[in-house]
Amino acid sequence: MQELRERAAALLADGTVDRVLGWRAGDMPWNPEPAYFETQESLRDFVYDGFCGANLSKYMIEASKLDGKTLVCLKPCDTYSFNQLLKEHRVDRDKAYIIGVGCRGKLDMEKIRAHGIKGIRTIRGAGIEEDEKTLSIDTIYGQKSISYEDAMLSRCHVCKGKEHRIFDEQLGTSKETQDADRFAEVERIEAMSPEERFAFFQKELSKCIRCNACRNVCPACSCRKCVFDSTKFDSAQKANSDSFEEKMFHIIRAFHVAGRCTDCGECSRVCPQGIPLHLFNRKFIKDIDVFYGEYQAGADAESKGPLTSYTIEDVEPGIVGERG
Amino acid sequence: MSIETNETFRPKIVAFCCNWCSYAGADLAGSSRLSYPADVKIIRVPCSCRVNPMFILRAFEKGADGVILCGCHPGDCHYSTGNYYARRRMTLLFSMLDYLGVENGRTRVEWVSAAEGVKFSQTMNEFVEKVRSLGRNVRLEDLRCRN
Repeated sequence: MQELRERAAALLADGTVDRVLGWRAGDMPWNPEPAYFETQESLRDFVYDGFCGANLSKYMIEASKLDGKTLVCLKPCDTYSFNQLLKEHRVDRDKAYIIGVGCRGKLDMEKIRAHGIKGIRTIRGAGIEEDEKTLSIDTIYGQKSISYEDAMLSRCHVCKGKEHRIFDEQLGTSKETQDADRFAEVERIEAMSPEERFAFFQKELSKCIRCNACRNVCPACSCRKCVFDSTKFDSAQKANSDSFEEKMFHIIRAFHVAGRCTDCGECSRVCPQGIPLHLFNRKFIKDIDVFYGEYQAGADAESKGPLTSYTIEDVEPGIVGERG
Repeated sequence: MSIETNETFRPKIVAFCCNWCSYAGADLAGSSRLSYPADVKIIRVPCSCRVNPMFILRAFEKGADGVILCGCHPGDCHYSTGNYYARRRMTLLFSMLDYLGVENGRTRVEWVSAAEGVKFSQTMNEFVEKVRSLGRNVRLEDLRCRN
């Protein structure tokens, strides 16, 4: 972190960049927030540790409109989102100075709490340079510990690898943390009966409070005019009774990013209700892989997306009924 | 106490038909005096590709029991490629609805050319029968949209 802070300060000082887009310590050690730094002094507050899960690539849409270059810290998986935005001409490559930062998996406070660790004062072992296998947590109930892996965000268990797809320079080392099959959860749901599937999604989605956090955080959701903001959309808010509206919201949200979603997992990370939103996106990714050939959005900035291309021999929609 | 009604269930079916092939096919079915159920409400669209996945969800939300999309046969699109894009979108949408536990018989895509009045009438008869057997759409309805 110190190395990153010094490098950012040096680039600010020599005028290469006009601002730094990184993370600032929050009110608690486990909730750093995305922030701009425009002076070397302000970089005092700069942090980069295991809790810096936020994908900063979406902020580059606005930063591309500012004068001068913006230094942006991107983790390996964030570079996929940046590539995708570049492909869609939403960000300006010349306005970005990308430092590919190291990552060994990001931490999820909810996972730590789920292990019964409450009343947390400080957490040690979450640093980016340290390679500690366990987190030592000082709580008001005494010392607790949890392994780093157990505290990781679920998206990090299906890590896309340690390679930065686009960068100007790289700092720090990364580790691939994949230890689970990306589509295992989707397959588990597919194996259920239609009634069970309906009940499962009903249960999960009835928690939705329609805060739109999933839409707002998504680097692929970058339209300036959004269908969900339309006043003509008469189910723009959450209904009080059981209704299809929340399912429709989540189908449309996922559909609008189908073929462009890099599976960065930000939607599930920010959901205040803990809804596994990535299950929608991953279902589309899985279907695209099966029907139209494997495709990883954001792996490059040139290839055509699966929903903006076609082949004459594509499967017919009737396949959904036939495969049972 | 319940009120006995003798009414048989008549499903509400929305059919999106492309202007160039399927709408003309429906026209041919009519002028050839072929019958298809009056439960089918046709919405004419410029191309099958005009149908946003949201149109289909909105139809369900507003109380449709089944939605069918008809367009030109692949290769025959008036705009050359529209139906190829529609085909990919609908495949993904139907798969997603199936994933959410919605009966997949409620949605269908059929390619009907302007010369296929018979196919149009047969398809609609089959589809209405299928949806009737599935019963009322309760899973996809939004109570606020009921009038």
